[in-house]
Amino acid sequence: MTAARLPGWVRLLAPLVVGVAGLAAWYAFVASGSAPRMLPDPFAVANEFVERFGLIAEAAGITGTNALVGLVAGSLLAILFAALAATWRPVDGMTAPLVAALAVVPIVALTPIFNTMFGASSQFGRQAVAGIAAFVPVFVNTLRGLRQTRPVQRDFFRATAATGGQTFLRLTLPTALPYLVTGVRVAASLAVISALVAEYFGGPADGIGTAIATYAKSGRASLAWAFVGGGIVIGLVFFLVTSLLERLVARRLGAGRPPS
Amino acid sequence: MTDQVLIPGATEVVGAARPSRGRGMAARIGWGVAGVTAVVVLWELYKFLGPADGVTVGGDGSAGSGVILLPRTHDRAMPHAWDMVARMFAPTSGGDTPPLILSVLQAAGTTLGLAALGWLIGVVVGALLGIAMQRWRLVEAGLLPWIVVSQIVPLIAFAPVVNALGTQIDRSGFPWPQWLSVALIASYLAFFPVAVGMLRGLDAPDALHLDLMRSGSAGWWQTLVHLRLPAAVPHLLPALRLAAASAVVGAVVAEVSIGLRGGIGRMLIQLAGQASSDPAAPWAPTFGTVVMGLVAALGVALIGVALHRFRRGEDTA
Amino acid sequence: MTTTTAVRARGLGKVFPSAGGEVIALTDVDLDIAAGEFVSLIGPSGCGKSTLLRLIADLDTATSGELTLAGKTARQARLDQDYGIAFQQAGLLPWRTVAANIALPLELHRWPRARREARVAELAALVGLTDFVGRYPDQLSGGMQQRVAIARALAASPRLLLMDEPFGALDEMTRERLQSELARIAAETEATVVFVTHSIPEAVFLSDRVVVMSPRPGRITEVIDTRPGRARDDLLRESPEYFSRVTAVREALHGAPLHRANER
Repeated sequence: MTAARLPGWVRLLAPLVVGVAGLAAWYAFVASGSAPRMLPDPFAVANEFVERFGLIAEAAGITGTNALVGLVAGSLLAILFAALAATWRPVDGMTAPLVAALAVVPIVALTPIFNTMFGASSQFGRQAVAGIAAFVPVFVNTLRGLRQTRPVQRDFFRATAATGGQTFLRLTLPTALPYLVTGVRVAASLAVISALVAEYFGGPADGIGTAIATYAKSGRASLAWAFVGGGIVIGLVFFLVTSLLERLVARRLGAGRPPS
Repeated sequence: MTDQVLIPGATEVVGAARPSRGRGMAARIGWGVAGVTAVVVLWELYKFLGPADGVTVGGDGSAGSGVILLPRTHDRAMPHAWDMVARMFAPTSGGDTPPLILSVLQAAGTTLGLAALGWLIGVVVGALLGIAMQRWRLVEAGLLPWIVVSQIVPLIAFAPVVNALGTQIDRSGFPWPQWLSVALIASYLAFFPVAVGMLRGLDAPDALHLDLMRSGSAGWWQTLVHLRLPAAVPHLLPALRLAAASAVVGAVVAEVSIGLRGGIGRMLIQLAGQASSDPAAPWAPTFGTVVMGLVAALGVALIGVALHRFRRGEDTA
Repeated sequence: MTTTTAVRARGLGKVFPSAGGEVIALTDVDLDIAAGEFVSLIGPSGCGKSTLLRLIADLDTATSGELTLAGKTARQARLDQDYGIAFQQAGLLPWRTVAANIALPLELHRWPRARREARVAELAALVGLTDFVGRYPDQLSGGMQQRVAIARALAASPRLLLMDEPFGALDEMTRERLQSELARIAAETEATVVFVTHSIPEAVFLSDRVVVMSPRPGRITEVIDTRPGRARDDLLRESPEYFSRVTAVREALHGAPLHRANER
């Protein structure tokens, strides 16, 4: 039995209520005195966030830049490889299992190796890891998008004696674009997560992740949590920007849903 | 971390099964081997042809300046592929210690076990949450946005904090072994995709089937067991696979934060620290983590085989 | 009526390799279609009618026999854009407006903008969609999408129009309406039309000749003259000569004469 959809205002209010309730429970727990010291109250965390904003922003800049570099490089490579795989079967055959494997292995575990190869003072290891993490969803989605043209449309272009380039530009590419940007949207979050986590595996002593680890280890709870908040902010920014891009493309190109 | 295709506009992961039957599987393995070989060939080719000091952009020659685009080619930075293999069969730390590959397998096993435990907890919690969200729309309205947000933000940033929390709790008398922190962090990462996948799957049956159940006066529970859960399987399996991959990553990262003895994360960091004197060594635990991920995916694939009856008529990508 | 042959097939055949051996989709097709003629291809599934159309369109290549379009090979005719084609699915590009969809073949052949826009306006008027040129395909009904597809097929004023069950996905009322429109357009533009259909009444209503085909192997079994003695309008659908022609086609398809209930 399918329940009727809840009215719009409920759908807006409910998560807010849950969020507020969660905060309240957190505060009450800490205030009751039975919480461990590593769990400070939300106001202390907010306080530290504001006070140390400069520090947090600087660290966020490093991690965010790594994520961005990884996202851009990974996406470009993924688009290139997807185009190659869509055109030549051998490329497709070889990349498909490799990408499937990449999708399930912990990519961040490559960070120590990269740091050895590129030097421990380089940010490249983290950027490479973020790039590989971004590669997978963009590749998979772009490849699928490139294959979404329908036979009746391809027949039409052939019947109109269109060249390969014309067909690509006017049919294949616009069809693939919505899938591509969806892939980038997913890749953005993964790039942020990977860039941050890679910092736990060594490299220069900067960035949000290193800060969290340092302050957590030295027992400075509120500060550690404040940096966690910084990480969350980066994630949200990346998500919002890429979601916006996705929506823009979908509106312009009809969200890949061709009429019959 | 995702191998699923997302339909443009979707906010959650939508399942898309990989075709893998018989001869197709053998061909895929063949191509996979070809791909790995190609990578190895490229590695050695670069070592042979690339500039000795790598390619740096924008530096002034001093150490650590500029952006290194391509690594240095000498054996300390880039060991030969056969050196990596040979090192795996050499003793772990000299003398009588067992071969490195055994130590790696042991550590990988430990970590994989913790990841599996975390996965199990995450799956159970996630499944229950998914069912609750399907049953009560209000629960879905309240929780789903937070769940979706949690898939976006780097929750794993909490790992050192959870560990520190755990240490404190342990010191205050309540026993909290280190491995529990690892399993919990893994479960935390695993349960979100399962909750979303379960909800999507339970909502998947079309109106026709729901009407059928209703006309047979089936209650909510019966509909759940006989219709919704079976219909959810094609959506659950990709979620379980994502959860497994997340659990593995979570376990490895948690270990590194904690420095868990016997785990592969710690081994990875340790050997990487000694890389200047023993360059091929860190590759062994790295391959170990790759194998862990593949084994985890294989496990979920086996579950998929066991449930194949519920996957008939599933779309292949 | 001119005597130039728009389509000429001799001994045309197409064999497809398949998992269970070869499939003879088409064999020994001899057909002459004069310029300005409206010819329907009708038959059950697997009789090769769509295959024959695709061979004419150079979307597939024949494995035997010869095929010329007004003296050219099919490939040359395609490259020279001598024909327009419409399929059962409209196949419109969802990100282009009606006007942009109609203009697509002209864009591909680099017509200057002003000329393009004028032609699009002409075509939109021809198919009765002038008020909808700014809409997107997902805002149109199935029948309207097909009209856009027809306009698009006519964009470069081809002398030959190829249509593969273009009205197959539409409801009966829309279908009849579009049939009348197509008949009008074909007469106005004096184009040769090769029309594949499943529907006997449709074939008889629209065509000068109906080519009856049958499967296994795909071949032509009979060609029936259905040139009407009056204009192709709704009254034609009620006339006795129309009904007798429908019967003739039906009998050709069944391979045996039919006995009506009231025959003595």
